[in-house]
Amino acid sequence: MVRSDGWMRTGVASLVICVSSGALLWRGTDGFHALTSEAARRLAIAASPRSVPAVELEDQDGRSFTLGRYRGRPLVVDFVYTRCTSVCPLLSESFRRLYVAPESSPRGDDGRLPLLSITFDSLDTPARLREYAAHYRADGHSWRFARVRNARDLAPLLQAFGVVVIGDGRGGFQHNAAMHVVDPGGRLSRVLDLGASPADVARAAAETSR
Amino acid sequence: MIRAYLAALLFVVLATPVARAVLEGVMVAHMLVQIPLLAVAGALAVAALPLPLVARIAGWNRGGVSGALLAVIASSWWMVPRALDWALASPLMEAAKFVTVPLFVGAPLALSWSSLGSMGRGFVLANVLPMWAVVGWAYIAAPVRVCNYYLADQQVVAGTSLVVASIALGAAMGVLPFMRSHRTDLDD
Repeated sequence: MVRSDGWMRTGVASLVICVSSGALLWRGTDGFHALTSEAARRLAIAASPRSVPAVELEDQDGRSFTLGRYRGRPLVVDFVYTRCTSVCPLLSESFRRLYVAPESSPRGDDGRLPLLSITFDSLDTPARLREYAAHYRADGHSWRFARVRNARDLAPLLQAFGVVVIGDGRGGFQHNAAMHVVDPGGRLSRVLDLGASPADVARAAAETSR
Repeated sequence: MIRAYLAALLFVVLATPVARAVLEGVMVAHMLVQIPLLAVAGALAVAALPLPLVARIAGWNRGGVSGALLAVIASSWWMVPRALDWALASPLMEAAKFVTVPLFVGAPLALSWSSLGSMGRGFVLANVLPMWAVVGWAYIAAPVRVCNYYLADQQVVAGTSLVVASIALGAAMGVLPFMRSHRTDLDD
């Protein structure tokens, strides 16, 4: 009797452990959908769009503006730095494809989906951004390149977008590269993979204006 | 009792800002040094438990089953890339790591290991070690960075180390019993 009682209690303990840890793991992985923090970020943003700070930016021609300038229409943002040789060229290539895709200008040039590439590298000056823009044959208007005007604004901006930039130990950076859709209300509402097709990004952007 | 002091010392050293910065700064050290050492601290701390309490716990842990289960589940969580990132991004999650690894991995393992028996130990290892190898392989083969706070090459090092640790531990566990019986033979 004592023997079976011990096993009974062990069974109860095991059941409690399975149920409670299962519940915790379910919560900790968003229902087993997000095993990485990047997946979790994308799910969280899609579920509840968040506003991004209207910090002062400076574009490739030295003009000042804020993200608030784009209110009323969707905007696609990515974060790059011009010296990057790994993932940023892929990201910029994706932006380039999006830039020339018919899907991103459904109503002709006036209705073009605006693209904004923001650098997080303090070495990126407007002049360097201009060279970078020229390399990708961007007009600097519907595809704009910018840096924060005040260095102290960078961390809150990256934080709001959920972008983590870490030094690679060789003077460069690694970061979670993606395409960020900001809705007409100025809220970050979707994050798409850097390899997402222009049609998918344009659709995601269009969905935010409904 | 010396074990309990060692446990406290180990825990305090691991909790110092320097040790945290060094061990959490490198993915492989985070996964394969800091977390295992926290588990060791928990395992050593069991020596400080009063015997009546150990007996009461044992009543809920026949054959070491529930303890081993808890240790396996809790240790699996700390292999999830999101958990590693989370511990770096949030002080609360880092504190959770310092509590849950000793309490839910090291201590239950120490309280269960001997009562598991060779069959039970074999069963636990046969489940855990392949899991390490699979997670390690996933880290090596992942086309993207899985942790926002670790560089891509660190991910490969951590993955490779997990695979190596899995194979090495498996081999050691496979060989040790034979060595022990061999020694007993000599004693006879």
